[in-house]
Amino acid sequence: MKIPLVYNVRSVLQRPVSTALTALGIALVVAVFIGMLALASGFRTALVRTGSDRNVLVLRRGADSELSSGLSRETASILAASPHVATGADGHPLVSPEVYVLIPLPKIFDTTQVANVVARGVSDQAWTVRSNVRVVAGRKPESGRSEICVGQRIVARFPRTGIGETLRFAGRDWSVVCHFAAGGSAFESEIWGENEQFMPVFRGQVFQSITMRLSDPGAFAEVKRALETDKRMTVDVHRESDFYVQQSQLLGRLLRVLAFLITGIMAIGAVFGAVNTMYAAVASRAPEIGVLLTLGFHPRSVLASFLLESAIIAAAGGAAGCLFALPINGIVTSTTNWASFSEIAFSFRVTPGLLLAGLVFAVVMGVLGGFFPARRAARVPVVQAIR
Amino acid sequence: MALVQIRDVYKSFQRDSQRIDVFTGLSLDVAEGSFTALMGPSGSGKSTLLNLIAGLDRPTSGTVRVAGADVHAMSAAQLAAWRARHIGFVFQQLNLLPVLTAYQNVELPLLLTRLSKKEREERVRVALGVVGLDDRIHHYPRQLSGGQEQRVAIARAIVADPTLILLDEPTGQLDARSSQEVLTLLQRLNSEFGKTVVIVTHDAHAADKAKAVLHLEKGVLIERAAVGA
Amino acid sequence: MRYLPLVLANLGRHKRRTFLTTASVALALFLFASLRTVVTTIAAGAQFGSARRLVATNATGIVFPLPLAYAGRLRALPGVQAVSWANWFGGRYGDGKRFFATFAVDPASYLDMYPEIVLPADQRDAFLRERSAAIVGRRLLDVFGWHLGQDVTLQGTIFSGDWTFTIRGVYTPSDPVINDDMLIFRHDYLDERMNRAGFAGWYILRIDDPNNAAGIAKLVDDQFRNSSAPTKTGTEQAFNASFATMWGNVSLLMNTIGMAVVFAILLVTANAMMMSARERTGEVAVLKTIGFSDWRLFGLVMLEAGLITLTGAVLGLGGAKLLYRATNFNAAGFLPGFDVDGTTLAVGGAIALLLMLASGLVPAVRAARLPVVQALRHVE
Repeated sequence: MKIPLVYNVRSVLQRPVSTALTALGIALVVAVFIGMLALASGFRTALVRTGSDRNVLVLRRGADSELSSGLSRETASILAASPHVATGADGHPLVSPEVYVLIPLPKIFDTTQVANVVARGVSDQAWTVRSNVRVVAGRKPESGRSEICVGQRIVARFPRTGIGETLRFAGRDWSVVCHFAAGGSAFESEIWGENEQFMPVFRGQVFQSITMRLSDPGAFAEVKRALETDKRMTVDVHRESDFYVQQSQLLGRLLRVLAFLITGIMAIGAVFGAVNTMYAAVASRAPEIGVLLTLGFHPRSVLASFLLESAIIAAAGGAAGCLFALPINGIVTSTTNWASFSEIAFSFRVTPGLLLAGLVFAVVMGVLGGFFPARRAARVPVVQAIR
Repeated sequence: MALVQIRDVYKSFQRDSQRIDVFTGLSLDVAEGSFTALMGPSGSGKSTLLNLIAGLDRPTSGTVRVAGADVHAMSAAQLAAWRARHIGFVFQQLNLLPVLTAYQNVELPLLLTRLSKKEREERVRVALGVVGLDDRIHHYPRQLSGGQEQRVAIARAIVADPTLILLDEPTGQLDARSSQEVLTLLQRLNSEFGKTVVIVTHDAHAADKAKAVLHLEKGVLIERAAVGA
Repeated sequence: MRYLPLVLANLGRHKRRTFLTTASVALALFLFASLRTVVTTIAAGAQFGSARRLVATNATGIVFPLPLAYAGRLRALPGVQAVSWANWFGGRYGDGKRFFATFAVDPASYLDMYPEIVLPADQRDAFLRERSAAIVGRRLLDVFGWHLGQDVTLQGTIFSGDWTFTIRGVYTPSDPVINDDMLIFRHDYLDERMNRAGFAGWYILRIDDPNNAAGIAKLVDDQFRNSSAPTKTGTEQAFNASFATMWGNVSLLMNTIGMAVVFAILLVTANAMMMSARERTGEVAVLKTIGFSDWRLFGLVMLEAGLITLTGAVLGLGGAKLLYRATNFNAAGFLPGFDVDGTTLAVGGAIALLLMLASGLVPAVRAARLPVVQALRHVE
């Protein structure tokens, strides 16, 4: 025989302050939980969106990032001639040999602080190879000029990045001619110019990476083998999407570990709070429980009823926690991606999955916190309770 | 002069929208060294009278003087200190703090004095000796019988040597034998130690032990009877 | 403390509740101390730097090198007492999961420049004698179970190939802010292997007068302004601070979480205190009848709350302090000198007091203002 839910709801409402405090405690834990995972998720998403399945990224063998790589012009032309490379509408192979460097830029809110921003010198094909990149304002830099296009995440955060302004780095003035979006990816935290313009002012006659579009994305393994065994060059071939996912792993994993560690400890505290509340509830309702048992309700029903009550309180808290966490969705923050040593901006991503996870987490806390008190309730000695 | 002087006291409660008048001009004296039983049916105002004397409750008008002091002219803080000095109070039940031992319960009023730990211990032992519980000093209330609990409460009421001991149905929850013990104890306190005792009771036996019995009915003193010496 | 037995007895009434509440406070303050120490450790790293050392980097960016020929010209500048240089060497050991910093340095001048890197004299001599020698921090030695004289092979990520070094020294930093898990080897070994004219990742300069740091920095930058590799020179502290800013909003994040943690536990504590107080209405009335004043009862409830939060604080803060000290925690090299500092302990203590006030206030006021007569009726 089940004890009607209404009984629990009424009982909960009998002690509004205590219930609210307990639920609020759980809400805060859930909010922090969702918030931290939203951070990790946002960071990961930014990098996941950066790479495409159809592209391969070629680095010098052994290099763990574009920064530490170096490829010759010769390698670039070998790759451009590869039969696996797709051809663009203009008949040119879709290959972008790129110069990748970090430049120090002062931050807009505190110009004494400097962040390392990625400056990427690309070929004209890059705008096609990277299908997620889209110029949102202005026009693309023209070949042979000191012109740059600025990722839209950078614009608000660094001075002198508006269209028509000039940004000085590497001893030269560069005119900003456009802003670009890249679907929320890490590219949006980069500054793009022409590779032939960047090459002489930075590292001389060397590219850092070569990205190209495959004519057949399914042939990746074959391409990888072919290029890596090519005696004329020593390269590693990565699927672009995998490469960026891998770049997110160090920090992403750290964030997730932190999230679980911190919220885990917090959750213990919140569960303790729930335990206190539920024990007090059981103690104050011992006579009622006695009556229920006398009426013929099974102790198991009493146990279930109290567990349910605890879960209801926790679920209410979890829902409140979701509400607390929602506003952080979309807030832009930045961090250094330690894998590439560069600053990347991304937004918190509160996904439905995370909200659900938060709710489940809350209910788990409630059930954990309610278990022992509920068992106590089920074991209330009838005679003693109703005396 | 009487130890307790109640003059023209009015007391009314507001319950919901109804006004209940408990006392309408009650006057009453309790002599020093007396043992007075206050009797009367439920709702006659016995407990309220006791509360007024102890300064736990305030009259709507009129004065209550105890040992020359106007009880209700004092501030809350003064009243608390005054109570600690002059009043020993025993309730029907739940007098004792369940988490404290008999000893610690009795010691409570002494915590409010400047007595040293050693002096306090002496006094507590004497008080518990008087009520005959020397052997239960470190027991917790749940380990005591109802009668023993009340005797501990009485020990606590006398430990600070108050001017006046007030008891609100102290035997209400006790069996006949325990009641007898408690009443005999009160009688001894009155006769041997000269304590002024006011007891609210339903119990005819209790009234028998008292030197004076006052009957209250609907807030009015309807009978003064002097019994015994 | 004549009231202590009374308060302790009250706390003992619901031992489980008291324990759980104290444990919550302890956990919260443990978390708080941990989170705040992340912030203070990063800040300490940003603050670190001798006032007598300047760092010159390539103005184009930290990843660009400077010609080795600058060393002589820097040494000749007025106010510059000594010059050394170093290069970042991206190295991986084994599966590369345990990250550590590897530098190629000019050995003699570097060790002179950094007296904080403490190395026994014979090991120092060995390092200076042998071109392929390396010195490692004590922690790194322990992490990988290396020993003196062992050859270790790293894969270069910037300078590709396998690099084998012989461990000739184990250093211990005299300042906890300095990483004790670096591998330092000789710049001439790098140049020899790469068969190239030397480059320096950055130069370190010791100057004679800290007050003249800005002047000397400008002198350096002016010197190379029109060369192919202009420099950007600043104090060592500014150089370190630029790395600290790379942590981004981590401080804000940690502080926000810290506040949420403390607030969540406040709710737990306040709830427990209120439950306890509610159950004791009758007893409060008894105490008032005995002659306990309103203020005294207020104090007793506060004391009770304070005992819980302060015990929790001692356990949580002390636990954090001891745990991180005992385990020599440094977040895999990311947070060298991770140690719960005095300020954090003090702030944690203040939070415990605040917790006491906030959680005890409502029940304490309620106890103080409780009308006896009404409470007695409540009981009977």
